[in-house]
Amino acid sequence: MTALEIRNVCKSYGKLETVCDVSLNIEAGERVALLGHNGAGKTTLMRMILGLTPVQSGLIRVLGTAPGSRLARASIGFLPESVAFHGALTGREQLRHFARLKSLPVRAADAFLERVGMADAADRKIRTYSKGMRQRIGLAQALLGAPKLALLDEPTSGLDPISRHEFYDIVAELANSGTAVLLSSHALTELEARTDRIAIMSKGRLLANDDLASLRQSARLPIRLKVTTTLADADRVAQELGGARINGASVTLTCHQDEKVAMLGQITAFGALIKDVDVTPGSLEELYRHYSAANPEDR
Amino acid sequence: MHLLNVARLEILIARRNMWVATSVILMSLFTIVLTLTGGAPTGTLGVDPLVVAVTSITTLSVYLVPLIGLLLSFDAIAGEVERGTLALSLTYPLSRAEILFGKFLAHFAVLGFAVAVGLGLTLAVTIWQYGAADLSFAPLVRLFVTSLALGAAFLGVGYAVSGFVRAPGVASGVVILIWLICVVLYDIGLLGALVADDGGAFTKTLFPWLLVANPADAFRLINMPADTVVALSSGLSAAGSVSGLAGQIASLIIWPVLAIALAWVALARLEP
Repeated sequence: MTALEIRNVCKSYGKLETVCDVSLNIEAGERVALLGHNGAGKTTLMRMILGLTPVQSGLIRVLGTAPGSRLARASIGFLPESVAFHGALTGREQLRHFARLKSLPVRAADAFLERVGMADAADRKIRTYSKGMRQRIGLAQALLGAPKLALLDEPTSGLDPISRHEFYDIVAELANSGTAVLLSSHALTELEARTDRIAIMSKGRLLANDDLASLRQSARLPIRLKVTTTLADADRVAQELGGARINGASVTLTCHQDEKVAMLGQITAFGALIKDVDVTPGSLEELYRHYSAANPEDR
Repeated sequence: MHLLNVARLEILIARRNMWVATSVILMSLFTIVLTLTGGAPTGTLGVDPLVVAVTSITTLSVYLVPLIGLLLSFDAIAGEVERGTLALSLTYPLSRAEILFGKFLAHFAVLGFAVAVGLGLTLAVTIWQYGAADLSFAPLVRLFVTSLALGAAFLGVGYAVSGFVRAPGVASGVVILIWLICVVLYDIGLLGALVADDGGAFTKTLFPWLLVANPADAFRLINMPADTVVALSSGLSAAGSVSGLAGQIASLIIWPVLAIALAWVALARLEP
């Protein structure tokens, strides 16, 4: 069964359309990143999936049931954006409370505290925690009870690079065990190798929804090549390849995906003149900018 | 039974925040002092020392019980909205009713515990001073039960404010204002109206009902034994006889129910 099905969903507050005609499916074990700048409608979409905000038109089904139903709620793990738990409680007390709400034994909470690396700090008051530690407690409660669908709203904000790495390891593990994961982010670089599919939202509309390679292909973003040669030969190399000389001994070129191999052949033909070649495919940032800049009416 | 899970967490929070300790100490301290000092004139008046103690404690409880109730409840919904935990809780298999009544159960228990400890100490001190022989316990039981009703009413008012304003800072200001109006300004207003009316129609018809319409005043009237120690009680109690015991009891039953219902409306219409 499709873990999450969204069909032509719209939501507007007054005249402001926060979510407009969005359709998106997520299957079990899939990791989907929802990208968009602030106010793009990511959080509203998540709140509708959770049943916190009513759907205005269109249809959302969580494991075949309506959002907010007991079954839907029992099978969802949710990490809200910048959640703050009651400072007077310890991490363990807070997580055990959530375990009870999911009708799990309290020992389950202890296991997940360990999983997110909070076993040592679990008995300290939450008010002494850093933002990253609070986020870990938030993640632990979302993981409780092996949810069928995990919704993670800006999960890595406030985490240092190593914590982010660990976080995506946990997400991968979760997906491998069959959980469908939808996470929103605007920290783009970290998503490249860590998600199966990328959905881009802008002004409430879903502009793209595909894996990274296909998105790159359809966006036809230029590939950048940086050729390092010697000071004496830089001008000649630049002229023959049709690139621009930078930093004395380097030349930069751009080409499309289908021209890449031919271009590399041309470069290697220079033989010993070439010291090094760097190939940079269009980054997620460029992709994102490409899609969010494209006027939705033209598409 | 998630209601009990919510209540369990709230009691833990109340203990951590020293709300339990604070309310118990507050109630104990004042009741002991009033019992000890209030007992002094009983020899000459010749009335039951427990009745004297209950009368003094009533005047205190009118201030203290609503205050404790409001302080326990003002953050209950607004605080969770601000922290984002209400939205999170609602994504769990947990209903709004379970959240509201779980919190109410916990705070009501804390309040009841504080009142019980205070009145228990009163009883202990009185028995220690005068012996248990000639005491009538009915006023003490009545004070306990009506304190619970008064506390429940103000817990409900606190939740309602918390749910409607959604910001803990604003909620704390509003509940203090409500407290001030109910226990101080309302009476002063009525008194002013009485003086202005000078025994006219207002005094005879509307005033007794306006008096019991305030749960704090209904509580005061019900616990002031007009026949035994009228000299100790406030002048307002004479007027209480018009609306009668039924009016006072009705006020103390309707207010908790009404306030909790209002809190329920506030929580139900809240989109976290």
